[in-house]
Amino acid sequence: MSKVRVLVGTHKGAFILTSDGKRDRWDVSGPYFAGLDIFHVKGSPADPNRLYASQTSGWFGQVMQRSDDGGKTWAAVGNAFKYNGTPGTHQWYDGTQHPWEFKRVWYLEPSPVDPDTVYAGVEDAALFRSNDGGQSWQELSGLRDVKGNLWQPGAGGMCLHKIILDPHDPKRIYIAISAAGAFRSDDGGRIWKAITKGLQANGELPDPQAEVGHCVHSITMHPSRPDVLFMQKHWDVLRSDNAGDMWHEVSGNLPTDFGFPISVHAHEPETIYVVPIKSDSEHYPPEGKLRVYRSRTGGNEWEALTKGLPQKDCYVNVLRSAMSVDSLEPCGVYFGTTGGQVYGSANAGDSWEPIVSNLPAVLSVEAQVIA
Amino acid sequence: MIHVILPTHLWRLANVGREIEIEVKGPATLSAVLDALEASYPMLRGTLRDQFTQERRPFIRFFACGEDLSLDSPDEPLPEAVVQGKDHLRIVGAMAGG
Repeated sequence: MSKVRVLVGTHKGAFILTSDGKRDRWDVSGPYFAGLDIFHVKGSPADPNRLYASQTSGWFGQVMQRSDDGGKTWAAVGNAFKYNGTPGTHQWYDGTQHPWEFKRVWYLEPSPVDPDTVYAGVEDAALFRSNDGGQSWQELSGLRDVKGNLWQPGAGGMCLHKIILDPHDPKRIYIAISAAGAFRSDDGGRIWKAITKGLQANGELPDPQAEVGHCVHSITMHPSRPDVLFMQKHWDVLRSDNAGDMWHEVSGNLPTDFGFPISVHAHEPETIYVVPIKSDSEHYPPEGKLRVYRSRTGGNEWEALTKGLPQKDCYVNVLRSAMSVDSLEPCGVYFGTTGGQVYGSANAGDSWEPIVSNLPAVLSVEAQVIA
Repeated sequence: MIHVILPTHLWRLANVGREIEIEVKGPATLSAVLDALEASYPMLRGTLRDQFTQERRPFIRFFACGEDLSLDSPDEPLPEAVVQGKDHLRIVGAMAGG
């Protein structure tokens, strides 16, 4: 019987949650890297025993961790992230130019076919790749040629926080940066273009239709339809049916279209999930009710999923990398909160249960079915 | 041998005890100790000083013989008591946070 593994990065370490395919009883192991920020942990699709983790600390900097045995043991690998050439400057919060400085790794995306190849999205925003299991890292610096001098940090920093590798076209890569926008490469990461047409930034940017500067909170894609993207922007939920060349809003009847994560159902490409948050200045669910919203129509028509979730006095946030789905039938959906709960649904969101309730603030959640 | 005391997160990362001994060839300076430390424990590269500029990370401090060496030149000789192994070189994460 298949097992499910949920990798949880928190403000004070990593945790590994495992269950059989029923997903009604969970084992919790950890903390790994206790006391340290673990921004992201992700397993290789090609070899589920290979895990990569980003460990970061204001004191001790960035450490990259790798496991070759499914998380039982870990070893530090390379942590030298050197920008190509002279990194130059980007826009600072006040509009002045500010030097590009490496701070941490936000997101890791292992190759679907090679366990030794993994991509890392970093702050200050850039994309790196390792072809040797994380021992060495090379920047794909063509990304920063897309008006990098105009990118600016969001409140969380100028982070490259999402990487999507097209499973049908190894040369196509999507990434998202807060607050620069979404970008696509069609040649394996050498040349990039901004994919921001149709995004609206009224009140956020001097030019609301600027090519870069948009505060993209997350993007997602169903592997069967790599040209269809969904986006949770600072405000607005959007979709694109042409690989990001044009976006249109699908916020529809959401109670608020501010939020961070967005996920797509493993088997239904038109079923998507968001967690609406009250506003950019109040990062918690509206009315103190924690509700996941599901659209079965690819957006616009949304239903609140509340069964098993707190419906009063709930003031947690769900961060951009803290929601994930598994590929079992029915699809499992998971998300973690800044209050330290990890909720799971074994029925595509119809009902939820807390898998674990008192972890440190959850930064990332990654579900994977393992043999 | 130089006796070095590491902060908790770093001795855990290096899979060693809180205190380790480092052999330095040539003049015993802070730079030389850190070079030897990183050569023996490569996982510590980048955790104490920038990998490319070799500058001390902002929240890392160095103490020995009751003195704060953090702002001294890393090429200054370490105190004799440290060189002779009679006192420790303490690497400390600066007090920060609440």
